[in-house]
Amino acid sequence: MSHSTKPIIAAEPVEFSAELLAKMEEAKNLFPDGKEKSALLKMLHLAQAEFGWVSVPTMDKIADLLSIQPVEVYEVATFYTMFHLEPVGKYVFEVCRTGPCMLVGSDQLIEHIGKKLNIGVGETTADGLFTLKTAECLGGCGYGPLLQCRHRFHEHLTAEKVDELMEQYRRGEIESGAL
Amino acid sequence: MKSRKLLLEHLDVPGIQGIEAYVKQGGYSTLEKALKKMSPDEVVEEVKKSGLRGRGGAGFPTGLKWSFLAKPEGIPRYLVCNADESEPGTFKDRYLMEKIPHLLVEGMILSSYALGANTSYIYIRGEFMYVLEILQKAIQEAYAKGYLGKNIFGSGFDHDLVVTPGGGAYICGEETALLESLEGKRGNPRIKPPFPAVKGLWASPTVVNNVESIAAVVPIVRDGGEAYASIGIGKSTGTKLISACGNLARPGVYEIELGLSVEEFIYGDDYCRGIANGKKLKACVPGGSSVPILPHFLVTKTAAGENRLMTYESLADGGFQSGSMLGSGGFIVFDEDQCIVRNTWNFTRFYAHESCGQCSPCREGTGWMEKVLHRLESGKGQMHDIDLLADINKKIEGNTICPLGDAAAWPVAAAIRHFREEFEWHVTHPEEAQKRNYGLIQQPVVA
Ligand SMILES: Cc1cc2nc3c(=O)[nH]c(=O)nc-3n(C[C@H](O)[C@H](O)[C@H](O)COP(=O)(O)O)c2cc1C
Ligand code: SF4
Ligand code: FES
Repeated sequence: MSHSTKPIIAAEPVEFSAELLAKMEEAKNLFPDGKEKSALLKMLHLAQAEFGWVSVPTMDKIADLLSIQPVEVYEVATFYTMFHLEPVGKYVFEVCRTGPCMLVGSDQLIEHIGKKLNIGVGETTADGLFTLKTAECLGGCGYGPLLQCRHRFHEHLTAEKVDELMEQYRRGEIESGAL
Repeated sequence: MKSRKLLLEHLDVPGIQGIEAYVKQGGYSTLEKALKKMSPDEVVEEVKKSGLRGRGGAGFPTGLKWSFLAKPEGIPRYLVCNADESEPGTFKDRYLMEKIPHLLVEGMILSSYALGANTSYIYIRGEFMYVLEILQKAIQEAYAKGYLGKNIFGSGFDHDLVVTPGGGAYICGEETALLESLEGKRGNPRIKPPFPAVKGLWASPTVVNNVESIAAVVPIVRDGGEAYASIGIGKSTGTKLISACGNLARPGVYEIELGLSVEEFIYGDDYCRGIANGKKLKACVPGGSSVPILPHFLVTKTAAGENRLMTYESLADGGFQSGSMLGSGGFIVFDEDQCIVRNTWNFTRFYAHESCGQCSPCREGTGWMEKVLHRLESGKGQMHDIDLLADINKKIEGNTICPLGDAAAWPVAAAIRHFREEFEWHVTHPEEAQKRNYGLIQQPVVA
């Protein structure tokens, strides 16, 4: 199953900035009156873009904004793979591991990144900069092996290219691709 | 044979992502024509005549699907575009939306007019957030020009278009799971009936269509359904986007006329230019990971020795025994160095990961098959594991709420059907199995 099996961990209370609240309001307004719950996934994405992950206080706050029960947010956040339910590195490398990417070397790429960063899949570097994850088909199968990081696709990767990519991220040269 | 382009015709026009360039190429003139000169039913009629079949995978006739939409008084109807694109091997919708977003926007308004929907939604997989922003920009441009909003082209037709993201879940491509997700819930498929045409989004009548199906409505209404139907062969009309990947010299998205030979698609200069690195073709999954795999000798020819064509019928020729399916057009090619057992395990792991978990045959069966395949792949399997897989398969097939169960079972059955020797070799050569693969299977003598 795609859903997280990790326990939901406790975290500090959160404060939503006026800007974030405005974006969330905008997301809600896309749907008819009484159907605002449809904005839930978008709101989770917005919160994650702001805080890096989705904590219980964040989910509670979203439930509050939507006037729904917290459990309605928890059950959704745990179902979808894109939401990080625990703190992750600043840059999360999600490398596709599915068939078409495997045919062109995704297994080797995952191994290479892990060695280079000295972490296993699901782990974060000690400096908190990188997390390595695997993903199922990301919808770019002809351009593999590939990874996604902060809504950006990095395609046709080789060991050399991904080394350079890590340096670029380290130097803060790559902006987020969306949100 | 160079194919006529209907969807990607203006791909190379500079600035085609923006509305000005799109309008210069005749964009939104089809919408204007329809809104000013055609009734909604006339638009549906053209789509019926075109023979367009759903491009999301199942190939159900779009016009017919539209005619099933319930139209009770006083209840809104919805069009929902399925931009969840997550079937392994499929990456055509992303291409279309990223390169020519206005074609989808125009198609959405046009199709909504035909269906009498005043609001429509594009549900796009969360991993395509940057594409969502491209679409959002296109939608804003269309509002600014008056192509969206109130009284479009003075026709009295009002329309609002909203694009909204998923959160990472293959199952949300299944239309009822998509609707659940669009309602802000977990993506658990609904039991059918009722079908979305009667009870869909917020229990209102809803049509769910794939990105490419909706985009195709624009050239269909522009040129007329008959002109569209004149392209292709038999019940496979029009053009189709094929996303080609795996060990090809030139993977990518190609718009083909249905009826192109598979041989030309794989080897032709205008298409994939053969297998990468001069290797031999071992196998092909022609329509996304859920369709049966074909061994090399059944890829370009059918079992009866006829040329295999890129059509719904020809790819399915021979049924599950020796055929496959056009599916979503996710064309995956394997070279001689690839291990079929490993690939089958990989795909099964995908389905086990993506099962929503509400039916036990699918939830337990996919996980069990993954374990068995992993042990076979790593040289720790037994001969009876191969039959065990077939047995688990039978127990999943047809016993689940949605077709994901079948989609997980069929590829395993097909892999064993065509590559049984390779599975057996993994059992008899446990050490070698971990180091190298079995190689090409021999073509059987066809009488
Ligand atoms: C497990 C599963 C995944 C699916 N994924 C997609 C998808 O990503 N995109 C899509 O358009 N259709 C997908 N479908 C098919 C949809 O359920 C639906 O048939 C389709 O969106 C209808 O559009 P069409 O008639 O225009 O093809 C999927 C079906 C299943 C069972
Ligand atoms: S078949 Fe699988 S994915 Fe579909 S509803 Fe059942 S458990 Fe969920
Ligand atoms: S298999 Fe990797 S993007 Fe599709």
